[in-house]
Amino acid sequence: MNPVNYLYLAALLFTIGATGVLIRRNAIVVFMCIELMLNACNLAFVAFSRMHGNLDGQIIAFFTMVVAAAEVVVGLAIIVSLFRARHSASVDDASLMKL
Amino acid sequence: MTTQLAAYSTSTGEAVQFWILGTVAVIGALCTILMKRAVHSALCLAGTMIILAVFYLANGAYFLGVVQIIVYTGAIMMLFLFVVMLVGVTAADSLKETIKGQRWLALLCGLGFGVLLIAGIGNASLKEFNGIGQANAGGNVQGIATLLFTRYVFAFEITGALLITAAVGAMVLTHRERTERAKTQRELSEERVREGKQLPPLPAPGVYARHNAVDIAGLLPDGTPSDLTVSKTLRERGQIRDVSQEALNDLRALEQRAEERLERKAIEPTTFKRPEEASK
Repeated sequence: MNPVNYLYLAALLFTIGATGVLIRRNAIVVFMCIELMLNACNLAFVAFSRMHGNLDGQIIAFFTMVVAAAEVVVGLAIIVSLFRARHSASVDDASLMKL
Repeated sequence: MTTQLAAYSTSTGEAVQFWILGTVAVIGALCTILMKRAVHSALCLAGTMIILAVFYLANGAYFLGVVQIIVYTGAIMMLFLFVVMLVGVTAADSLKETIKGQRWLALLCGLGFGVLLIAGIGNASLKEFNGIGQANAGGNVQGIATLLFTRYVFAFEITGALLITAAVGAMVLTHRERTERAKTQRELSEERVREGKQLPPLPAPGVYARHNAVDIAGLLPDGTPSDLTVSKTLRERGQIRDVSQEALNDLRALEQRAEERLERKAIEPTTFKRPEEASK
């Protein structure tokens, strides 16, 4: 097996995550799909790191994880405050700016 | 073992592992976007992340594999579950389409995107690879640390600033300032007397002392359940159980079974009286 298969798997997971962001309307599930996309990117980075034979890809994946952790904290705080204000976690309900 | 990773093809064991776990990972990802409830989505996603951690380990990224399990499935997914519990487990996604044809268009876009991405990878000439064995020779963690504190030290420090900003941001976003002073106990009691609605403490829940669960309304002397006895939160959620009939039926069924066991003649249900009622 060629390690390129890991790249195919990463592409597939990224596509599934992107489709989920478009389809789902529960803000929490949309957020989970974003996490799935970030994880797919990490897998691609790790696979590239192996193919090139250096550790830079793993460093970038490490930074992605840190940024994802920070992003989750802020994003979930936004969802919680949105839920407090509107009693709903649906992304369709946050349409105050719409005419 | 790490030096053996430097090859043009991976071992058979890794191929088997890839095909089995890869299938499970894709199924988990599909379940994440297809499950109706957010809790199920979160659990499926956690499973996918654990499998990705195994893939990291298989790719020679030992440090990242462990960090993936600890940070992603340990911390981030627990945070997700925490928020799901906070927002409401029962809140299922509404399946009504608000924009007509949006779901099919989204599926079409996803499919097209996936085809483009995979065709792009397929077109690239990725026939040979180096393997991580050379880079991991001095230890994976040591290698990462060397890079992190030399070439990427500036990014590493920026990351520290980002983490502090995120922590402060989360606190600012979820913190609520009190707009008015909280009422003291004296003010509350004076207010109650002035209104004259409910002076004594609220009555306790439970029916005939048979149930003391908090979601069961206590009965008034005339037999009707009183909503006052149930906590305000449960009342607003509509989670009050009415067991005034249930208890009667349970007792009747018990009597019936006892009679069948003892092979006695059935007592007429109309003359049957509950001991609680008789003692009153």
